[in-house]
Amino acid sequence: MNPLIPMIASTVVAATPLIYAALGETVVERSGVLNLGIEGMMLIGAVAGFAATLGSGSDTVGFIAAAAAGVALSLIFGFLTLNLQTNQVATGLALTLFGIGLSAFVGHNLAGLPVARLEPITIPGLTAIPVIGDLLFHYDIMVYLSVALFLAVQWFLTKSRSGLTLRAIGESPGVAHAIGKSVLTTRYLAVAFGGATAGIAGAYLSLVQTPMWVEGMSAGKGWIALALVVFGTWKPARVVIGAYLFGGVTQFQLFAQGFGLPIPTEFLSMLPYAATVIVLVIICRDPKTILLNQPASLGHSFHSAA
Amino acid sequence: MQLSKTLRSLPLFVATGLMAAAPMAALAAEPYKVAFVYLGPVGDGGWTQMHDIARQKLEKALGSAIKTTYVENVPETADSERVFRQLAADGNQLIFATSFGYMEPLQKLSKQLPKVKFEHVNGFKTAANISVYEPRFEEGFYLIGTLAGQMTKSNTLGFIGSFPIPSVVRNIDSMQLGAQAVNPKVKTKAIWVNTWYDPGKERQAADTLIAQGADNVAQNTDSPASIQAAQEKGTYAFSIDADMSSFGKKAQLSGTTEDWSGYYIAETKKAMDGTWTGNRHTRWGLKEGMVVMAPLNPDIPPAVVKVFEEKKAALIDGSLKPFGGPIKDNTGKELVAAGSQMPDAMFNSLSTYVDGIEGNVPK
Repeated sequence: MNPLIPMIASTVVAATPLIYAALGETVVERSGVLNLGIEGMMLIGAVAGFAATLGSGSDTVGFIAAAAAGVALSLIFGFLTLNLQTNQVATGLALTLFGIGLSAFVGHNLAGLPVARLEPITIPGLTAIPVIGDLLFHYDIMVYLSVALFLAVQWFLTKSRSGLTLRAIGESPGVAHAIGKSVLTTRYLAVAFGGATAGIAGAYLSLVQTPMWVEGMSAGKGWIALALVVFGTWKPARVVIGAYLFGGVTQFQLFAQGFGLPIPTEFLSMLPYAATVIVLVIICRDPKTILLNQPASLGHSFHSAA
Repeated sequence: MQLSKTLRSLPLFVATGLMAAAPMAALAAEPYKVAFVYLGPVGDGGWTQMHDIARQKLEKALGSAIKTTYVENVPETADSERVFRQLAADGNQLIFATSFGYMEPLQKLSKQLPKVKFEHVNGFKTAANISVYEPRFEEGFYLIGTLAGQMTKSNTLGFIGSFPIPSVVRNIDSMQLGAQAVNPKVKTKAIWVNTWYDPGKERQAADTLIAQGADNVAQNTDSPASIQAAQEKGTYAFSIDADMSSFGKKAQLSGTTEDWSGYYIAETKKAMDGTWTGNRHTRWGLKEGMVVMAPLNPDIPPAVVKVFEEKKAALIDGSLKPFGGPIKDNTGKELVAAGSQMPDAMFNSLSTYVDGIEGNVPK
């Protein structure tokens, strides 16, 4: 078998949780809210999804539970930042710490238990095609749903009327409020959506990538998802490309080692992060790129006078 | 005048003396306090859990004569100093530091807390009140090689390395040596993930090794991710620290585990009867029971098991040493001459691959 095929296949699996988490955060940030709690929500999703699948034997139940747990946690964030108008950065960081601690506490007795992995689907006639079948039609259902999610988010943000409202609120909540749009409701919905996708991203780790629960298993992926949103300049398509790029570089360094390429492993381990930094530097070189793309009210609390 | 003043304060002296004696008497009846400092959570299913199981065995063995305490999730930073100091202040007289990274903090503390006895795992710096203990993991990995070398069909083994430090390089080298002894054609591929614990990355490394033809993968990282990978792909893997067969019944052939209880009981007894000393470096292996092989997979053919048992017996009686010569490095240069042993200096700072391992140890 061509060695490239397993490499590409693992890239897709590595990128999928990042896509879920980063697409959700894109929507949240486009509404003007900065939620730094992705890592915490992912862990809560991971433990909830794992526990639910273990109890029910069904991956569907697991992913629904994970999304629900992510929403629950994000609503705490929503209440604090949207109703009580706390600082979004500080609250988001607190949410991450809370999620790390809570997931470890809840999952204390789940460590070391195995659960069956969500199997890749087989499409009659298509999966059997050599090369193309392996490359395109041999993944679990969540991979295909991540593509669907991308299309949905893309359509929502650029083509739908509610997406337009959401973007308007992200740019100028005061104006949106003045023309009768509910800033609070829209932002709540966006935050909840971000919570659901982060929860699913977490469950993808504990049910597909490594079907088990271990404390802190997201290992910083929430932060990478956050960086990807800036990396993609708040545009879903670029965010997805960024996720695949990041997954690809992560995979490449492992394959390079296996082939015995004489490159220091520390350098290879650094590569995905270095690539992110370089791209961010390139993007930020022109201040206008960030200025024009970043939602103008990102991170600011909104308080209506009326 | 002078005398009467002394006489008048006599009751005070007596009272002070009694007050001082009272807690002393209570202290004598109090159990001997032993503390454990853990890097991870006790439920990590590996390294830390094995230490905690040994702690429980120690409590069972010595009963009410001792009292044990543990602190989990202690980072290998200056933060750990606070934990050690607090434990000492709480009256713990013997403290087991169960991770390599506590070495420098301990060096500092040993001077400040000269009365506390410290036991440090895998380190190389001792002091008047610090002794070091280390399992002979290389014996376990040699036996992993014995199994893998016989079970492989592709003649390619894989190894997921954590950090390229001597104690880990020894494990990959001894695995290759063990495999070579039963199968001269065998080669080993290594991937270093630069982490002790990251299930996602370990999983990707395992998938990569399997995709590149390695049908027996061993690891020096802590999660069962590679066992799961092997279970799905129908290849073999080896657990570390704990038995991980619940993550892959068919895939896990065996693995190395540790039983620290024998050492912990012996050292605590020594500390209690006053024979404990610092500046010691204890290395225990299969013979002393500190290194224990995980249960063998029932699917392993009897002929393979027979060779495994022979090698194991030879390692225990000392007739076989994992690093006995002749050993060549992977460029063909002789490391250890026939009939001699790897010198301690080389053993302690090993940073070369032996013959048959592809690539170079990352520098």
